[in-house]
Amino acid sequence: MNIFLIAAILMAVFISIAILRIILGPTTPDRVVGLDTTNMMVIATMILLGAAYDSVILIDVAIVYAILAFVATLYISKYLEDEA
Amino acid sequence: MNPLDILVIILLAIGLFFNLIAALGLHRFPDVYSRLHASTKTNTYGSIFLVLAVVVYAISNYLDGAAAATQLQLAIHSLIALIAILIANPTGSHAIARAAHRSGYLPKGVVDAMDTGVTGSKQEEQPTEEDKKLEGA
Repeated sequence: MNIFLIAAILMAVFISIAILRIILGPTTPDRVVGLDTTNMMVIATMILLGAAYDSVILIDVAIVYAILAFVATLYISKYLEDEA
Repeated sequence: MNPLDILVIILLAIGLFFNLIAALGLHRFPDVYSRLHASTKTNTYGSIFLVLAVVVYAISNYLDGAAAATQLQLAIHSLIALIAILIANPTGSHAIARAAHRSGYLPKGVVDAMDTGVTGSKQEEQPTEEDKKLEGA
């Protein structure tokens, strides 16, 4: 079994631990923190999978995902700030 | 075993360890600011090592001469993705912390120097030491 595939599976376990915070989180900013952590872990996992399957296209997807996740985080924060 | 393979395993182990800490840190701290502190830094640091493992793997394959162009592309695109993570993750966490403080969530059990007692602390200007002296005089 490819070692990068094993690493990606472990990262999936860590992602599920981070998703627990989105489900449990008592306040809205807690959920946003969980979402941000999950997004960044998904990017790292995509890079690992790109190495596991030797396909560059997955890493290109990871770049675009990183930028879009960043914009989404800024958008949610801006909304949270205006809401108060 | 190739020494570069052992380097890849070590880098992967470091990266996975720090990502585990990031995931656990979300559950071990009392308020949103310390959760951000625990998860963002370790997550960024772990991602650096995971991407470096991929880069070392691609370069060792490139030196073996297997599908040279694809392996070089793999290394360069991984580094570009790493730069995107390094810019996006700290900026995003800064925005979250700022928004949480502005919308009235205060940190637990510490003296908050930014706390003026009301939300929207931007408009509420604290009198500085100079002002107090001038008023007293």
